[in-house]
Amino acid sequence: MVDTFGVPQFKEEGIVLRTHKLGETDRIITLLSKNSGQIRAVAKGVRKTSSKIGARLEPFMAVEAQFYKGKTLDVVSQVESIASYGKQIVADYDSYLAGSRILETAERLTRETSTTQHYQLLTGALRSLSRMEHQPELIAVSYQLRALAISGWTPSFDQCSGCQVEGPHERFLVQVGGAVCENCAPPEATRLNPATMILLSALISGDWAQVEQADSFSAEQAQGITRAFMQWHLERGLKSMNITESR
Amino acid sequence: MYDGVIQDLIDELGRLPGVGPKSAQRIAFHLLEVEEDQASKLATVLQEVRSKVRFCEECGNVSEEDKCNFCSNPQRDQTTICVVEESKDVQAIERTREFRGRYHVLGGAISPIAGVGPDQLRIKQLLTRLSDSAINEVIIATNPNLEGEATATYLTRMLGSMEIEVYKLASGLPVGGDLEYADEVTLGRAFEGKRRVN
Repeated sequence: MVDTFGVPQFKEEGIVLRTHKLGETDRIITLLSKNSGQIRAVAKGVRKTSSKIGARLEPFMAVEAQFYKGKTLDVVSQVESIASYGKQIVADYDSYLAGSRILETAERLTRETSTTQHYQLLTGALRSLSRMEHQPELIAVSYQLRALAISGWTPSFDQCSGCQVEGPHERFLVQVGGAVCENCAPPEATRLNPATMILLSALISGDWAQVEQADSFSAEQAQGITRAFMQWHLERGLKSMNITESR
Repeated sequence: MYDGVIQDLIDELGRLPGVGPKSAQRIAFHLLEVEEDQASKLATVLQEVRSKVRFCEECGNVSEEDKCNFCSNPQRDQTTICVVEESKDVQAIERTREFRGRYHVLGGAISPIAGVGPDQLRIKQLLTRLSDSAINEVIIATNPNLEGEATATYLTRMLGSMEIEVYKLASGLPVGGDLEYADEVTLGRAFEGKRRVN
């Protein structure tokens, strides 16, 4: 599609992952689109209070935006909002922290390649978070595990990652991909509370009835395991996870 | 690439926010063309601003003394504090001539993705200030964006247990604009903050 001056344009539906200030009044918007992966584009003048599109280009906003091709970055020309999850998320500090972890995870995992599944998973997680359907931290953990799985790094919580024998197993090693049986477990494999393994399995499969029964110790252990898994695959940790824990 | 000190100047100017390599080169050559005393004045001011200007020990605003003009002025309302993100927000509020209290500059807003949490801001200093003095009203004037709103939510939670009235700046339609051109988020906020007029 080109405009009357021959400038190529395109339209995409997406969720705003993060923004960076640019110059006096502009922002660089990072958006996870439904069909074209991650888009980084300049939104001009959006930091002015008179901007008509600034409010629609905040993180957690689902939008349909029109872009035109720029020299280095694309430029946002029009924006229509589809859903605003930010208002509800930001009204609760724990939801905001969990939401920030979800967005940062999405941003890191979809830099190179992404599928429509990534977009759908992100939409589902933000919708659930905005409606406060479950504990915010557990929504974030569930999202992270499932996003890793879509990216090809499915952690195993039922089968042994070494010999594939069915569990339940109590030993866990991030480097080999998840749970390991006593025979395959190297000395450095962590011993997990059996309830934690059940919780992790429920979080990745989306069995929320099971998740709701989890105790706080298992939930904390599950968060730690997910964090280690993320760090191992992304090669460096998420900044937002440090904030959550230092609070 | 230029030789010696000209390239050094271009490199240093290029480190400034919003100044790209071309702009840095243009500024550098402008400085070479202006009168010598004008360039010297700029050099002196740059040195002075680094040696004289510091942060107010009470509110965190920029100041040439230990306490800024607002904190050391007894004419200002001692019972009200306006919490802002940056020192430049203080100037924006002062231009309104509506607020006569004192300020507290947080030094930013909570942004977990950028690695900025409550510990990186001057929130502890605010809580200490509120527990020690006769302040009974706090106005949260963080930016009306996502990070600003999240910071306001966090502050509201932290101040909830104190015997202090906490307010947040109203948000909604800009003066002089047409309603039909307002975006749905801003217009929604305006409806949320509607006030009775009869």
